[in-house]
Amino acid sequence: MTNAKGRFGIHGGQYIPETLMNAVIELETAYDHYKNDPEFNRELNELFCAYAGRPSRLYFAEKMTKDLGGARIYLKREDLNHTGSHKINNVLGQALLAKKMGKTRLIAETGAGQHGVATATAAALMDMECVVFMGEEDTVRQALNVYRMRLLGAAVVPVKTGTATLKDAVSEAMREWTSRISDTHYCLGSVMGPHPFPTIVRDFQAVISREIKEQLMEKEGKLPDAVLACVGGGSNSIGSFYHFIEDKDVRLIGCEAAGRGIDTFETAATVNTGRPGIFHGMKSYFCQDQYGQIAPVYSISAGLDYPGVGPEHAWLHDIGRAEYVPVTDEEAVCAFEYLSRTEGIIPAIESAHAVFHAMKLAPTMKPEQVIVITISGRGDKDCAAIARYRGEDIHE
Amino acid sequence: MSKIASAFRHGKAFIPFITCGDPDLETTEDVVLAAVENGADLIELGIPFSDPTAEGPVIQAANLRALTLNGGVTTDEIFAMVRRLRRKVEIPLVFMTYANVVFSYGAERFIWTCQDIGIDGLILPDIPFEEKEEFQPLCSKYGVDLVSFIAPTSENRISMIAREAEGFLYVVSSLGVTGVRSEIRTDIAAMARLVRQNTDIPFAVGFGISTPEQAREMARVADGVIVGSAIIRILEEYGKDAPEYVGAYVKKMKEAIR
Repeated sequence: MTNAKGRFGIHGGQYIPETLMNAVIELETAYDHYKNDPEFNRELNELFCAYAGRPSRLYFAEKMTKDLGGARIYLKREDLNHTGSHKINNVLGQALLAKKMGKTRLIAETGAGQHGVATATAAALMDMECVVFMGEEDTVRQALNVYRMRLLGAAVVPVKTGTATLKDAVSEAMREWTSRISDTHYCLGSVMGPHPFPTIVRDFQAVISREIKEQLMEKEGKLPDAVLACVGGGSNSIGSFYHFIEDKDVRLIGCEAAGRGIDTFETAATVNTGRPGIFHGMKSYFCQDQYGQIAPVYSISAGLDYPGVGPEHAWLHDIGRAEYVPVTDEEAVCAFEYLSRTEGIIPAIESAHAVFHAMKLAPTMKPEQVIVITISGRGDKDCAAIARYRGEDIHE
Repeated sequence: MSKIASAFRHGKAFIPFITCGDPDLETTEDVVLAAVENGADLIELGIPFSDPTAEGPVIQAANLRALTLNGGVTTDEIFAMVRRLRRKVEIPLVFMTYANVVFSYGAERFIWTCQDIGIDGLILPDIPFEEKEEFQPLCSKYGVDLVSFIAPTSENRISMIAREAEGFLYVVSSLGVTGVRSEIRTDIAAMARLVRQNTDIPFAVGFGISTPEQAREMARVADGVIVGSAIIRILEEYGKDAPEYVGAYVKKMKEAIR
C-alpha cells in the first residue's frame, strides 16, 4: 500500500478523481526537478526582479506606530508588486514551470480577481492561452478585474453553480482540468488543493518571509516579535510565516474573515468555526454542516470568502505554532480607512483584516518590539464596494 | 465472495445511478423499485453533496434539488430509506458519494451503517488509489466493497489499481465530468485488456452513456454499463411521475446489452 503524499500532520493529501492523478504526479515530478535547477531559479528570479518589482519594500509605518503607541510596525508591501498583489509570486513560478512542462494553456480560479489578473498577466507574458473561472457573484463585485483579465487576453468564465463565489470557481476549474489535461496546467492560486499544490504555492510565496527576515535584520538587527497576515486559502500568510516557523519566538498570526461575526452563519473564519473535512483535494478544516455539506460562507472580502484553509495552516494550528484570529467586516473596513488616512496606503480589504488585528495588538506590546504586517494587495479594487458599505452610492 | 459479483451473472449488467431525494425520497424509492422490476442488476444510490466536483451540470443540479427541495434530505434519512427498500429489493445496492459525506459522519459509523442496512459497496470519486487507506480498512472490516476507478489517463496505473480492486471496477469512459456525450472516443477495448490481465473482478463503464446503441457498444467489451445523467434527466423532466418513465428506460437499456 502506498503512503498518501503531501501531508501536514493529518492534513493535505490527494483527494481527487483518478482522472487527475497522473496530472498531479507529472506536476510533482517536474517540480521536484526544476525547484533545484539553477537555470529555472535564475529565470524565476529574473522575472521576480525585472518584471514583478521584487524585492518588495519593508516600510516602517512611523505614523501608525506613534498613533497606536506600542510595538514598532512594519508593512511588507506586496501591494507594490506588479499586478498589485502577492499573487504574482506564485503565478510567475507556476507559469514558468508549466511552460517547462510543455503546457500551452493556463486555467485558474479567482475570488477577488487578483489571482485571475496575475494569471492572465503571466499568460500574456509567456504567450500562453488563459481561461479564468470566477463566481458570477464575484464578477459583479469585482467587475473592473474582469475587464482587466479580458484586456490581458484571458477568457473569463462566470460560474453560476452553488454560491457563485470562490469555492464554486475552484470546483469548476477542477472540472475543466479533468476534461483537458494534456496541454493545460491548473494554476491554483492558493496553498490548497491536492498535493503538490500546497507545497509548490508555499515555496513560491516563501520569498515574502525570506525578504522580511533579511530586510528587518538590516533595519532592526533582529527578528520580528510577530508577523501578521490575512488568511483565506492562506497563500500570503504562509509566504509571510514560512521562514519564521523554526524561529519559535516569532508569533505567527493569521487573520481570518469573520464576516458578520463568528457567532453568525455569515462568516468565513474556517479555523475558528470549521472542523476537519475532505474537500477540493485536501484534508483540512472546512466550514460545513453536521452531514459534511460545505457551508455557504460570507465575507465582505471576495478573496477571503472561502470555506476551507490550506492544510499547512490547519497543521500549524493543530500544533499551536500559529494563531488564527477572526476579524469582522466592520473591523476590516475600519482598518482599511485607518491605514489610508494614517499612512496614505490603501490596502486590499483582505489585507485590512491583518491591519485591524495589528491595531489591537500593537498597543499591548513594548516599544522595542516589532510587528510585521503583510499588505498582500492594493485596495483600489475595493474602493467602490467599501464606499457602498458606508452608504455612498458609488459604482465602477 | 462479494455480493456485487451476483449483479454480473445475468448477462451484461445494467447499473442505473439515482440521486437520493431528487425530488424527494418517496420518488427515489419508487424509481429504485421500477428500475429493479425492469431489469437493473445493481443500483448506485447517490448521497447528495453540496459541491460534487466530479459531476457535470445534470447531476450537479440533481444534488442541489435533493439538498434544497422540501428542506433537503440528510444522510440519516437516506439510510432509513435504504432500510425500507431492503425489505423489497435483493439486487446489490451501492452508495456513490463524496469523501466528506463519509468522513464527516464518522467513517466507521457510516461504513458500519452501510453493512447494517444492506449496502454492498461504496463509490467515492474523490478517493484515488493513493488515499484509499482512509476508508479501506473499515470497508474490509464491515464487508463493504470500496469500488476503484480507472480513467482514460490511468495508463501505467491500471495494473496497480486493478490488482487491489474489489466489487467491480468503475471504468471512466472519457475525460471530464459526468454527463451525456454524443460520442465516446476512448479505446475502451484496450483498457479492458489491461484490466483483464490483472484481475478477474467485473468492470463496468460509465460517464457519457445514454443511448441503447452506446450501451450495446460498451457492453461488447465491458461486463456492465453505468448510466447516470440520462436517468437524472428523466427525473428532472417528470419529477414525482418519473418512476414509470425510468422503468421503461431501464428496460430498453437492459434489452440492448443483454
